[in-house]
Amino acid sequence: MNMTEFQKNCYEIVTDPNLSPKQKANLLALAAENNLPYVDLDSETQNALNERVICDMYEGHAPYKPRYVLPDYTKFLKQGSEYLELEPAKNFDDALNMLTIAYHHVPSVTGIPVYLGCLDQVLLPYVGNLTEEELYPRLKRFWIMLDRNLPDAFMHANIGPTDNVICRVILRVDRELKQVAPNLTFIYDENITPESLLNIAIENICHTAKPHIANNMMIKKDFDEKGYGVVSCYNSLPIAGGGSTLSRINLKEVALKSNNISDFLQNTLPYYCQLQLNLIKARSEFLYEKSNFFQNSFLVKEGLIDATRFAPMFGIYAMAEAVNILQEKSSLAGRYGVDEDANQLATTISQQLADFIDNHKIKHAWQGKAMLHAQSGISSDRGATPGLRIPYGHEPDPVTHIMALFKHHKYYTSGISDILTVDETIKNNPLALVQICKAAFKFGFREFTANISGNDLVRVTGYMVRLSDIKKYKQEGSRINTTFLGSEAAEDTENNSYLCRTPRVISHEQVMGNR
Amino acid sequence: MNKSWAIVNKLLPFSCVDGPGNRLVIFLQGCNFKCSNCHNPYTISRCKDCGDCVTTCPHQALTFINNKVIWQSSNCQQCDNCINTCNYQSTPMTYNYNIEDILLEIRKYLPFLNGITISGGEATLQLPFIEKLFQAIKQAEDLKHLTCFIDSNGYLAKTGWQKVERVMDGAMIDLKAWDTQVHKKLTGRDNDRVKQTIEYLAQIGKLHEVRFLVIPEHTDLQNSAKQLADFLIILNPQIKVRINAFHNHGVHGIAKTWPAATQQQIESFAAELKHYGLQNITLPSIYL
Repeated sequence: MNMTEFQKNCYEIVTDPNLSPKQKANLLALAAENNLPYVDLDSETQNALNERVICDMYEGHAPYKPRYVLPDYTKFLKQGSEYLELEPAKNFDDALNMLTIAYHHVPSVTGIPVYLGCLDQVLLPYVGNLTEEELYPRLKRFWIMLDRNLPDAFMHANIGPTDNVICRVILRVDRELKQVAPNLTFIYDENITPESLLNIAIENICHTAKPHIANNMMIKKDFDEKGYGVVSCYNSLPIAGGGSTLSRINLKEVALKSNNISDFLQNTLPYYCQLQLNLIKARSEFLYEKSNFFQNSFLVKEGLIDATRFAPMFGIYAMAEAVNILQEKSSLAGRYGVDEDANQLATTISQQLADFIDNHKIKHAWQGKAMLHAQSGISSDRGATPGLRIPYGHEPDPVTHIMALFKHHKYYTSGISDILTVDETIKNNPLALVQICKAAFKFGFREFTANISGNDLVRVTGYMVRLSDIKKYKQEGSRINTTFLGSEAAEDTENNSYLCRTPRVISHEQVMGNR
Repeated sequence: MNKSWAIVNKLLPFSCVDGPGNRLVIFLQGCNFKCSNCHNPYTISRCKDCGDCVTTCPHQALTFINNKVIWQSSNCQQCDNCINTCNYQSTPMTYNYNIEDILLEIRKYLPFLNGITISGGEATLQLPFIEKLFQAIKQAEDLKHLTCFIDSNGYLAKTGWQKVERVMDGAMIDLKAWDTQVHKKLTGRDNDRVKQTIEYLAQIGKLHEVRFLVIPEHTDLQNSAKQLADFLIILNPQIKVRINAFHNHGVHGIAKTWPAATQQQIESFAAELKHYGLQNITLPSIYL
């Protein structure tokens, strides 16, 4: 059989033994899209893309749908839908049924909706006389449906900031079911949200690693009265709009191409910012002017989204590696996340990125500008830490972590995915996490995400241990004990130093050394 | 100006295991117990300025000037060679802090804190400093909401506790063994004063928590559930008890060969304590 490359590729997809028919259909669609020529790019931008200094997140050659769509679900329930032949919702069951239907018609880069709405606010008008115990089984079934029908961890529901029965039932159901989907963001506002509700959310984090907590006081300033939703990997985007496309700069690669810090700030970074802007412009031009998405979608026609409320996302990642490389090239010792001079360099970079975006008007963009985003990585990344995170295994304690990074958060208006690693002993003391969350927000964190389960670092009494090290030690220890019985004493000295050193080094506890 | 100062081994702005909420913990250098199972044996003694460690430092962070060991923290790579060299269960890596220094650290991390805890070593060996520090916190408008705790082995006499009780919000006390002979074998001291401390602090409502570290074959706690429960229930049946499971990670000497406490051992001990009427028992969240 004589087949072209494209045909071979499609044939492999069609005959794949592991993919479901639906997954095959998605991959075939992507193959077809990528069989088209790439949207028009100048040669320098094309080059940077080929070298993956800038990255288009493999969104496809010819974008025909926005990356993230955040429909106005409140409006949808209120007015019904001509296209979907639905009357306005009259009661709670109507509302849940209508949302279930709508989700299947909301496009996104994955084909599964990334935004399910701020569900308590969307559903509250339809509660009627239903009691908490009557709402509970309904929302539980709805939650199971979401996980089974739309199994994608990027699919994101929001709740809060008010204290209400739906918010509390959703937290209860989510904690009980411990499902991967949907992901959940709890919007916290220190002027609106009572402490008791924040406490419940934090208890949930200790058990399920969800919800993420969004700092409403901070984020709402970057949006208008229609507000924002938190979707996918902690991206905040306009409601009734969304994110049209996302590209990201690998700051590590840019640093490698720079001679030193000033070369990076004055030459290479501005150069690649411009190329990423070119990429963003070309991709959104195709989406807006060629694909007919905004001319054709019922979501636009029925006023659930508005073409002018979509922003392209200007992403960056590998800040940690970039800063460390630049420090070395400039013969400076300070390391990212640990030392003040390195952290200051990172802040300078963030500010320069934000200024660049502020100074460049874009035709197809909400408020005429891209939105800065610290991108949280894709599975193929190697040797490049997501966004502005401190590399895995080098994270300081959460307090030091927050102090090192809070200055960045105001620049990343479409989201910064910091994750605080907290050891499991916090489960016996959630009050500590509440305090840290509130302090993080006071310092200017946009969103609070804590990773507790599966944490390798554990504080036992006065110090940290790494569980994998202990496991390794136990294995090696048993081997040594049987093989080298005669030299036990010598081995002991070595093991002692290992055991004694490990916890103290890992915890980077000598905070006063930096005074 | 306050001239009082303390020898500090370490200061942490984040701890969720040293009292309620997030606490800044100050580990003071020096201890009056000599537990074979100590997890931080380098905190037991004060530096004797013998100078043995100076030559073993590969990073030139230690110097010997006027018969004093001087530690340069900016050169230190935390390799711990000095600790492993020391024959006196000490470390040259300590800080001298006065009250103002500590208050500065507290203010730096203030929004994160529910309170502060003085630990060790044995905190109460530097009691006058603690008293002054707690007093300063309680008198400062911006700090007085912080709770002030002491984590102690309980050996301090009642008259000592009386010096700090007005400014201390609570204490966590370790009871390392029930039988005084077992306690003496384990720590070098008897436990009468520890029990008196527990009784006294419970009476004045300042006993935050009693801690039991279970070491299979070496502590008698796990075999004394009834006695422990009877002792504590008279004081307060709601008394908070935390059970910790021994593991030999970080331990030096003979205790390195001691077996770790298993989840099953801890849980059956907890079940017994419950059976005898203790209600408020916290178990380890992980086992090593």
